Amino acid sequence: MTLHTIFEYSHKGKSSVRFPISGDLDINNLLPEGMIRKESLLPELTEVDVIRHFTRLSQLNFGVDKGFYPLGSCTMKYNPKVNEKIASMSEFTDIHPFTPDEISQGSLQIMFELQELLGEITGMPHFTLQPAAGASGEFTGLLIIKKYHECNGNTHKNEIIIPDSAHGTNPASVHLAGFKVIEIKSSENGWVDIDELKKVVSDKTAGLMITNPNTLGLFDGNILEIANIVHEVGGLLHYDGANLNAIMGKCRPYDMGFDIVHLNLHKTFSTPHGGGGPGSGPIGVTEKLYKMLPVPVVIKKGEKYFLKYDLEYSIGKVLASHGNFLVMLRAWVYINMLGAKGLKKVSETAVLNANYIQEKLSPYFKRAQDQRCMHECVLSGAGLPNGIHTLDIAKRLLDLGYHAPTIYFPLIVKEAIMIEPTETEDKKTLDEFIEAMIKIRKEAESDPEILKQAPVNTPVRRLDEVNAARKPILKYSEII
Amino acid sequence: MTFIPISDNDRKEMLKDIGVASIDELFEVIPEKIRLKDFNSFEGCNENNIIRKAKKISIKNREAAESICFAGAGYYDHFVPAAIDSLVSRGEFSTAYTPYQPEVSQGTLQAIFEYQSMICELTGMEVANASMYDGATALAEAILLSLRSTRKQKILISSTVNPVYRQVINSYLSGQSIEIIDIPEENGCINIRFIEENANSETACIVVQIPNFYGIVENGLDIRKAIPDKVDYIVCADPNSLGILEAPGKYGADIVVGDCQTLGIPLSFGGPSNGYFAVNSKHMRKMPGRVVGKTVDLDGKTGYVLTLQAREQHIRREKATSNICSNQQLAALRNLIYLSLAGRKGLKEISYSCMENSHYLAEKISSINGFSLRYDAPFYKEFIIECPVDASKLIMNIFDKYMIIAGIPLSRFNKEDRKGLLIAVTEKRSKQDMNLLVDALKEWEEK
Repeated sequence: MTLHTIFEYSHKGKSSVRFPISGDLDINNLLPEGMIRKESLLPELTEVDVIRHFTRLSQLNFGVDKGFYPLGSCTMKYNPKVNEKIASMSEFTDIHPFTPDEISQGSLQIMFELQELLGEITGMPHFTLQPAAGASGEFTGLLIIKKYHECNGNTHKNEIIIPDSAHGTNPASVHLAGFKVIEIKSSENGWVDIDELKKVVSDKTAGLMITNPNTLGLFDGNILEIANIVHEVGGLLHYDGANLNAIMGKCRPYDMGFDIVHLNLHKTFSTPHGGGGPGSGPIGVTEKLYKMLPVPVVIKKGEKYFLKYDLEYSIGKVLASHGNFLVMLRAWVYINMLGAKGLKKVSETAVLNANYIQEKLSPYFKRAQDQRCMHECVLSGAGLPNGIHTLDIAKRLLDLGYHAPTIYFPLIVKEAIMIEPTETEDKKTLDEFIEAMIKIRKEAESDPEILKQAPVNTPVRRLDEVNAARKPILKYSEII
Repeated sequence: MTFIPISDNDRKEMLKDIGVASIDELFEVIPEKIRLKDFNSFEGCNENNIIRKAKKISIKNREAAESICFAGAGYYDHFVPAAIDSLVSRGEFSTAYTPYQPEVSQGTLQAIFEYQSMICELTGMEVANASMYDGATALAEAILLSLRSTRKQKILISSTVNPVYRQVINSYLSGQSIEIIDIPEENGCINIRFIEENANSETACIVVQIPNFYGIVENGLDIRKAIPDKVDYIVCADPNSLGILEAPGKYGADIVVGDCQTLGIPLSFGGPSNGYFAVNSKHMRKMPGRVVGKTVDLDGKTGYVLTLQAREQHIRREKATSNICSNQQLAALRNLIYLSLAGRKGLKEISYSCMENSHYLAEKISSINGFSLRYDAPFYKEFIIECPVDASKLIMNIFDKYMIIAGIPLSRFNKEDRKGLLIAVTEKRSKQDMNLLVDALKEWEEK
């Protein structure tokens, strides 16, 4: 089923939001000539038209609220509804970001407490909540690395080392920050190849950016040695917190030797992904990097909270506001509800669930690695009979009522299938999903056509992406 | 409180199936030296108690949240229709992620397509992306796009651009070796002669904001005329103003960006909002961010997909046009619903009403002895009042007495500017609200 676009419901003379005007002001005399709008082609609708259109659109979507969403690396856990209730309190929604500190103590307290809680979880002594998303957090971390080396007169340090299993945002952020990307191959067991690392580090090394557990779902047991090697040449370590859901209460990035940590509140701390944002990507740093954080940071003096702008070596700002406040608020709710013990249980269960799936599917699919995984497991669709590929498995899963795992990532695994069940799924759901995967594996032998044709139970079938990119239609044609 | 549905019995069975004796065995790979012995430094609580805790904290915001708000500087107290909250709270929208599987994400994808269409219509541009983090990062990315596509290293930025945006631009550009030149202002407007004298074949782009930081509607047409061919004209525009102001594409802009908080997003202490990003077609394949295109499925049925992905980080890695991964989808959805509800008539009325209100208030205030309009130039919904006293003191005093936030003291952005007060007036303000502020200010009238 596809729907008309909103523009096709437009009917002349309809409208819903109205603000009466007196017409006393003659704008023609006021504004520069040629700066007044001549026409608008926005649709004309009543409220009920709008409600029905978007309600029907929503029904074409799959979300965590609808079913199992094992999208690896994205931590699609259940998002508690109380998050939404608190984030819609008018005391939090109706306050301007430049309200004087004295009368916005509620917002500042939430931010301060969240900074402190994230510090407890990661071990990092100082936090900024400004970055709007994970990639923005990466970029901020890199600017801090740059500033640190500049302050120490080490402007020649212009290389950032990244494992080949890294998220695509890592090298893109490194490039944006003006560093050179040095990619290193992973070793046979999926960890950082220590010999390779020793070969590439030099006086030019500004830092290393790494996810641990990495995108293969593996905890790199050599992390302390890695940190030493990088620190010995004067480099800093940036922790990509995409996979923090695996280690809360078990170990902390600070203790692993990281200087900078970015987190994804929308992954680990249950704020809804929103169809692709808004997220929030706070940064934690060690003592020596505090003065380089973006401004403002929230501080507490006595019982009062303040925005602090005078950080001596601050990198400036990476977002116009103090960050995505309502996302922070949801994370604050979640962390406070679960408590430290609850968070530990989250990680333990996330790891349990992923290992359970890995173990149960091992007889049917090749594993990327023959090790216990952390919060996600990576399988491979390579070598399946009848020309069946990972893509076909993913599409067949849609027919069976699941969202597909992340596919073809990490790039270093052929035909990768990356499954992250999270801790909020019960055993029955996991068992049913495992059954579905086994069924698909059997269909690859016996009934490959059903996989190649999949999906057939979805609002649309496979879409022509090649033509979409070759002859792009990026807006409704009638209003061109 | 927990959201974990695995029982003790399930856990035992699962551990047995995995072939380990305990959960801890799954974590043995972590070096013993850094394993946390205990982690219990903060307690959890149930849903009832978290609501009570949040309410207790929220009360500290209450007076400011309920006050009559004349603060602006990039965030404005516009009306947010109830239908928006109702629709975006649907779990099908809010608990989905980036539409990697288009067959089960048509809701999000079609919404993005419609959003792109409306942004194109509002700005008069040919192509729009699915949104950026906010207006400031969108503007920074616009400059990066221009640097990439022109391969030149000089940019000219108007000093009438929001100073906070300017800070973000500086951070974003700190990794590039480029020359940034400030275009000076003249009576609150950009000095057009300076562009004529300084823009040349080395220049990548000219960056302006309309309405500018002081609320003034710059003459976009005259600026265009001063810009040499092949130099990009980047306009940052409040989309809410485009109900009444000409679409920047119509006066020759090459890249148009801005912050969409003014389209159906509550103030929220500044976030989340989203930025829009629109370009003419020559920039299409170099622009940053997600883009959705219309296509057909195997049966020929219309559908939507993420497209032009060869620009993006998950394919191109360090060669990508940006490091951005997601957009700000749920915020962009608010914009789309807002524009659908307002429509052509509603948006025009809202824009017009902002202008009417702000001009009413500006006239009233400037007739008080000691208060005057700093600039004599056409403005939209925001203006600067020169106060007889320190503006930040005046603001707290008026707040305490009247529950009005009278504006933003410019000392927030420039410490020397003690007496400037930036006042924003939206369609939400009634005559009564405005008269109350006038009465409050009269207490400082110079006799």
